[in-house]
Formats: sequence, structure tokens, C-alpha cells
Amino acid sequence: MNALRRHRALSRIWASEPGLRGWFTTVNHTDLGRMFLAVAIFFFIVGGILAMLIRAQLASPRSAFLGPDHYNQIFTMHGTIMMFLFAIPFFEGLAVYLLPKMLGTRDLAFPRLTAYGFWCYVFGGSMMIFALLAGVAPDSGWFMYPPLSSTIGAPGINSDFWLIGITFVEISAISAAVEITVTVLRYRAPGMSLSRMPIFAWYALVTAVMILTGFPPLILGSILLELERAFDMPFFQVAAGGDALLWQHLFWLFGHPEVYIIFLPAAGAISTILPVMARSRLMGYGWVVAAAVSLGVLSFGLWVHHMFTTGIPHMGLAFFSAASTLVAVPTAVQIFAWIGTLSKGRPSLHLPMLWLLAFFATFVIGGLTGVMVAIVPFDWQAHDTYFIVAHLHYVLVGGFVFPMLAALYYWMPHFTGRKTYFKLGNTAFWLIVPGFHGTFLLLHWAGLLGMRRRIDTYESGQGWEAINLIASISGFVMSIGFALVLIDVVINAAVAIRGSRDPWKAGTLEWAMPTPSAPYNFASLPQVTSREPLYDAPDLPVRLARGEGYLGDPSRGRRETLSIEIATGAPRYITIFPGNTVLPMLMSAVTGLFFLGMLLKTYWLVPISAVGVICCALYWTWSLGGTTREGALPVGHGPELLTAGEVADPPGWWGSIFLLLANGTFFGSLLFGYVFLWTIAPNWPPPRYAEPGLDVALAALAGAGLAALGPRLRPGAGLLLLLPGLGGLAWAGIRILTRVPDPTAHAYDATLWVLIGYALLHLAVALVMALFVAARRRAGHVGAIIGGEPRIARLWSDYAVLVSGIAVLAAALPGWLT
Amino acid sequence: MHPAGPAAAIIATLWWVLLIGATAIFLLVAGLIAWAWRRPPGEVQERRFVVWLGLAFPLAVLAALLAYGLVIGERLLPRATPDLVEVRAEARQWDWRFGYADAPGRVTENELHIPAGRPVDVAISSADVVHSFWVPRLAGKLDAVPGHVNVLRIEADRPGRYEGLNAEYNGPGYRDHRFTVIAHDAEGWQAFLRGERP
Repeated sequence: MNALRRHRALSRIWASEPGLRGWFTTVNHTDLGRMFLAVAIFFFIVGGILAMLIRAQLASPRSAFLGPDHYNQIFTMHGTIMMFLFAIPFFEGLAVYLLPKMLGTRDLAFPRLTAYGFWCYVFGGSMMIFALLAGVAPDSGWFMYPPLSSTIGAPGINSDFWLIGITFVEISAISAAVEITVTVLRYRAPGMSLSRMPIFAWYALVTAVMILTGFPPLILGSILLELERAFDMPFFQVAAGGDALLWQHLFWLFGHPEVYIIFLPAAGAISTILPVMARSRLMGYGWVVAAAVSLGVLSFGLWVHHMFTTGIPHMGLAFFSAASTLVAVPTAVQIFAWIGTLSKGRPSLHLPMLWLLAFFATFVIGGLTGVMVAIVPFDWQAHDTYFIVAHLHYVLVGGFVFPMLAALYYWMPHFTGRKTYFKLGNTAFWLIVPGFHGTFLLLHWAGLLGMRRRIDTYESGQGWEAINLIASISGFVMSIGFALVLIDVVINAAVAIRGSRDPWKAGTLEWAMPTPSAPYNFASLPQVTSREPLYDAPDLPVRLARGEGYLGDPSRGRRETLSIEIATGAPRYITIFPGNTVLPMLMSAVTGLFFLGMLLKTYWLVPISAVGVICCALYWTWSLGGTTREGALPVGHGPELLTAGEVADPPGWWGSIFLLLANGTFFGSLLFGYVFLWTIAPNWPPPRYAEPGLDVALAALAGAGLAALGPRLRPGAGLLLLLPGLGGLAWAGIRILTRVPDPTAHAYDATLWVLIGYALLHLAVALVMALFVAARRRAGHVGAIIGGEPRIARLWSDYAVLVSGIAVLAAALPGWLT
Repeated sequence: MHPAGPAAAIIATLWWVLLIGATAIFLLVAGLIAWAWRRPPGEVQERRFVVWLGLAFPLAVLAALLAYGLVIGERLLPRATPDLVEVRAEARQWDWRFGYADAPGRVTENELHIPAGRPVDVAISSADVVHSFWVPRLAGKLDAVPGHVNVLRIEADRPGRYEGLNAEYNGPGYRDHRFTVIAHDAEGWQAFLRGERP
């Protein structure tokens, strides 16, 4: 079979459906990556227009352009859109597009999940846009502090749009994070050990794990606040035992890692692009990986620095101040490793490099002002002024947008397969960078002069007029620059001449394919022996196209790729990917109905759509795997391998592990909230405790024992133990709820309802999964008989037992002790 | 940045130290990049960049800075002193009410009276949403959180009027949610406590 016929055969197998239908049924990472990026850029434009409205309003004192009610919606939505609908999805899109290509595989671990996440993002984002157009957008600031954002300060539907719309969008962040984690760990080219991984993959891995552990506190906070708004469960109302500070903790527990979730992918792009631009190799690969990991870890220890002015004791502040300054160290390691890389090589001033220089100039200033506000007494003055506004724009624009522009221009030849022919990009650069500094540099000073953030206008005579006028004019110059970038990209994508395969002479695998890439990425998978496979073997692309790598034989007629050992990169099994389907979009639309029901308070819709989601999910999983055993199959080189359905740790098992990591963080945040209210909230302890009897203790203990034992026995007998076990735990939970019949009475009662509700939900999930696997066994599915499916179900039922046990204990203990 | 009290003055000094330090570091990094750019290609010592510049340098600078910040922070805390004056500030959407330990029952709206040259502890609370008490020229800010009372130490060197602001966004009336601090001389303060309008 020659290269062209192989290409045709593989394309038939991997291609999306033609025409409009293809947009809705594609599960291919190249398509979805592009779609993610396009939608994220759309939201960047929306957020940018809002920013221009803000600058138009603030250009002169006593401006009557916007009233406070509109202005409040606009700045809230500017922050919300840029953070949740632009930055995170843009990273997801870039990772979805690039990772399989860089790692030398054919798609992400869960192609349909990619599509599901994408459509959740689109539908959730549309809700926010609708709110904006209808004039009922959230208006409590992007960090939504209650009580202002709760029914006391915001009785309208505005806050609900935020809480429900953003939670809906977060589904896409969580699913992309699971996807990226499993892909980086298990889906790489054979021989690509962890130490041979492209540096971008390390950053993506750290970022994805941070999303899994950073977003759950926010999702929990949003659910609690929505429960308070919709059902009067008083988590944040001080009179009934709640505490407004609980939200601030949950929000910043997410919000600070979020900053690094945004910065790390950009740093990954820099670590990839800069050595190529400098025609050398990255200095201190190991150090840079260690720096990225320690940034990820440290960033969870400094959320309180957003709360220096909330009256936390000074010694507590000192700890978080130290942690906040410490985070500058791994950042410095990376910065100096990059400078060292530059000095090793012969840098050339292409457009991506120009953007990296802009990154250095901007981000270093942002980092230094960051150290300033990490010093507690200075923050007492600067907090909530334009100093902070300027600082965060230096960090986010300098640390994310500029590197992403470098990435855009670096990978554009890959996206389009064309030369970057028109040079509008350089003009845009010289508008954006001076425009940016003109906008924000002087605003530091305005903040020190006492200009508070979020004021809709100001009086003249305070020394701010000139600063604000300069900022507004520069802001518009910057906007024109961004418009030029957009035009440049569109023109270059549409009409520029075809380019060569590896225009930058880079060494990573994404350049070892023709561009724009074929839907299957690699005609055969390479054996990797170093970090830059293309530098070792410049003829690699040709050899891969000839089918000399793994899985070059398309005769089995299905989407196949290899899954590898995590550390060594040795091939382990063959994964068979699902084909095109409309199911992910359908399922996310039904998920959307669930959220819409909550938003519009049409509560009959909520259970119906929940059942709909479950049906979609069951149908989704039912179609996985076949009913015939295939045994070991040839893969082109080396030993023959089993398919994923016949091994003990299929992709679904790994996906479940990381989903449970996020889920466990959610539960942990809930317990944190419970303890926080108990110890800090003013109106505690509650007037009375739930006092469950001995029956609850016995039911919970017996239930936990049976449900833990069941899945470890023979399938039939195991189910007979598991079902009463889950039942016993559920009964214990429901008995406790009968002792606190009114969840609106006190934050204690409300917390118990959420704890037990969480446990019941997971018991139900465990039940459905156990029955589902049993049904698949009956139907003769290989995965349920000899494969890993019973282990996946067991993972979830063990988790359900664990959280129900803890929930019952946490709910009942105070009553038992007193 | 026109301090009129010891707390604000200490923070203003801190700012100038930070600004000078940050500028120096920025110039150092910019200089290094320029040097790296012009340097002919060739191997360089990885340790020099990663360990010395990346680890040792920021650790040293940050440790010094942190210690400085901590000492200052401790000095700004409300501690017991003999001539202390205690007042209460309660914020609501969108006004401020102030009460006085030395004149029980006395409540002023949007005007806080204090004696000049004496430390004043402001006990800050909120009647509805989160607010923040800030008199830029006298001290840093502290939040008014429902159900909690936070104490901020302020002091004005000289008699006069100082603008006070709410510094935590709190809804449509945020912009004009202000108050005035009136610092009296010893005589004026006694007159105020007796109930005479100054």
C-alpha cells in the first residue's frame, strides 16, 4: 500500500461528515480544537467591546454615557467573559488541537467527551450572551460577593444567569481537564517516556490537574449560592447561621489557582516557541517542569491574599503573604531559564518572538506589582483600587494574551497550511503593545491616588482626568490593533500561498505531518527516542506517511490508536475510538434544559431533563466495545496487543479516577464549608442538632460493609450484597434528613441537606452503574465480562460508600456527642 | 499618596521602597534579555541562570521584603495604648453611621469625628452587604462584613477634613458611598463630645 492509498483509506475512516451536519456530529480533536478556538475568540471580541464601553465611560469625569445599572452589568460581564468564556476555553481549544499532534497520537482519550464539553461551553456561553443582550446580565462584580449577589442585594434574575450559566460552562472545563490528563498520561507515541514529553504537554498536564482541583470549590460555591437564592437555604446569610466570608473563601480557593491555570498554558507555549525562535533547545527542562509543578501546588496556598482586608488575624495573613511572595520563585526560575535559552542560541526576530518580548516586558512588571500587593500593609492601601486593576491586566494580558498571540502566529501555518504572507501582524503589534502600556501603566498611579475600581464615573479635580483620558485613547488604539490581528488571521487563512511543512524548523511531532493536518494526524505512529524527534530524523514525516510506524495498516477499518505505559511510554493496548455522532450535542442540549429549568424556576423540567441526561449517558456507554473477543492483534512492530475492551484498566477507568479527583475535591470543599461555618460564622452553634438514633448508625455501618464487600465477590452474588448495602446507606441518610425537616431554618440544616443530598446522588450513581454493568454482562459485552468495566463500577460504588459514610458521620456526630 | 497620618505615612514609604526595588529588578531583567540577545550562540552555564538568578536571587529579595512587610504590619495593628479613642462605624447601602464610646448614644451620619494626634480604633460592621472602610490619607482599608466586627487603627496628625470612601463594590450607589472624617484639636474634640456642633 503506498502513502496516497493509505491516506485515502485512513481519511475515509477518520473524516468528519461533510457539510453542515459535520459541525454537529464531529468528534475529531482537530475540528473541535478549531471550533473551541473560534468560539473563544468570539467571546474575546465580546469582552473587548465591553472593555471599550468601560473606557469610553471613564474617559472623562461625570460622563453620562452609561448609567450605573448598565455600567455594573458591563464590568461584571467583561471580567466574567474574559475569565470563563475566553481564557480557559482558549487554552482548552489549543490543547485539544495540539496535544494529540505533539504527543504523536491520533485523537484525545475521549473524543465524544470533547464534543460534549464544547457544546456545553457554547450553550452555557449563549445563556450569558442572552442575558447581556436582554439587559439582565449579572451586575455584582465578577467575583459575585454575597450578600450583594444574593436575594438581598440582587433580587432579579441577573445573578442566576451567572451562577447557572457559568456552572454549565464549567462542565466543559472539567471534561476537557479529564480528557487532557488521561491523554497526556496514556496516549503518547511509543517510546515517549515522561522525560521525553514535549514541554507543552507537561504544562497542559499540570494545568488540567489544577482545573480538576481548582474548579470544584467554585462549582460548590455557585450551587450553594443558587440554593440560597432559589430555596432560601441560608449559607451566606449571617442571621441564619451563614457567613458571607464562606463565599469569599470558596471563590478564591478557585480564583487564585485560576490565575495560574491561565498563566501555565501560556508558559508552556513560551517554553515551546522560544527555543525554536532562538534556534536552540530549552534550558533546564527538568527545572522548568519542576517549576511548573511547584507553581501548581503553591497556587493553592495563597487564596487568602485576595482577602487581606477582611479582618483575618495578622499572623494568618503573614502565612499567606509568605506563600504569595514564594510563588514568585518558580516564576523566576522559568523566566531566567528562558533568558538562558535565548543566550544559548541565535534569536531571530520573527513575529512570534516579538510577541514573546512583549510578554517579558509586560509580565515582569505584572509580577513585580504582584509581589508588592503580596506585602500585607501595601495591599491594605492598594486593595480594590485601580492599582489592582492595572496589576491584573499586566499579569493576564502580559502573561496570557501576548504569549497566545505568539502561539497564534507560531502555529498559524499549522492551522492553515499556508505561509504567513501578509504583514498586518507587525502593524498590529505596534498598536497593541504601546496601546496596552498606555492604558494600564498610569492606572497604577490613579489607584494610588485613590481611584477605586468599579466606580461608574468620577468627579473632576482629583488628578485622575489626564490619566483616564490617556488610558481610554490608548485602549482604543489597542482595540484597533486587535481588530487588525483578526483581519490578518482571516486573510492569511483564506488567501495566502501554501507553505512548507515545518516553516520554523521545530523539532516536535506536530510538525511531522502535512498541514493542514489530515483527520487521522499520523498515517502511522512514530517510535520516539528523544524530546525533539524531528531533529533526530528529518525524514520522519515521510517514513510515517509510508506506514513504517505503528498501526499503519488501516485494514481493520476503525479508528485505532495506541495507549502506553505512563512512565516508560511502552505500548500497552489498542484503543478503538468511536465514530461521528450527534449524541454529544444532544446530551449537552438536554443538560442545557436542566440548567434552563433551574434558571427559569420551571422545576418540573429539572427532573425530566436529569432523566434525559442519564438516558443519553447510558446509551453513550452501551455503544462502547463489542461482543466478540479479539485477543491480541498486530500493531506493526513488536508484540501483539489487546484492545482496550479486554484490559483491566481501560481509558474509562483512568477517566473515572480523575473525575473522582475533581469530585472528591468538591466533597472536600463541602466539608471545609461545614467546618468553616461551625468555627467562624457568628450565629453558631445552631439552636438544635439532628439527633439520629442508633438505627441510623447500624444502618450506615451495615450498608457500608455490604456495599464495600459486594463488588469484590462473584458478579451475581455481589449484586445481591451491593443493592441492600446502598439501600442501607441511603436509608441512614434519609433518616437524618427527617430530623432536620426544614433546610431554610439555619445554615446547619441547609448544610446537612446538601451533604446527605450529595451522598444520595452518589449512591444512585453507584446503583445505576452496577445494574448497567450487570445488563452488559447479560448481553455478552466483552468489556463487562473480561474487561475493566466491573472495576469502573466498583470505583464509583467504593466512592459512594466512602462519601456517604463520611456524610452520615459528619451530619450525625454533633447530635451523638451532645 | 499624600499621607496625613502615621499608618498612611508608613505605607507610603513602603511604596517608594517597593517602586525603587521593582524598577531595579525590571531593568536587570531587561538588561539580561538584551545581553542574551546579542551574545554569540554557544553553551552557557545552566546553574548560573536557574539556580542563582532563578532560585537564590528571588529568595533573598523576597525574604528581606517579607520581613519588612511583617514588621510594618505589626506596627499598624490596633494595640492597647493609654490615649486610645474608640469609635464604631456601621455601613449600609448607602450610608455610614458612626458611634462613640466617649459619648454614648451619640450617632453621626456620614461624618466621623476624631481627635487629631491620638490613635483611634474604628470598630467596623455592616448592616447588609459587604462594604469596606477606607480613609486613603490616614490608613489602609478594612472590610465591613455582615456579622463580624473588624477593628482598624487610624490616626490623623493634624486637625482637618479627610475624605473617606467605601472601597468594596456594593451595588448601584457605590460611587457616592462616602463619608468625611473630621479631625478636631483637643478643644474641638471635647466640644464635640459635649454635644456642641463644631
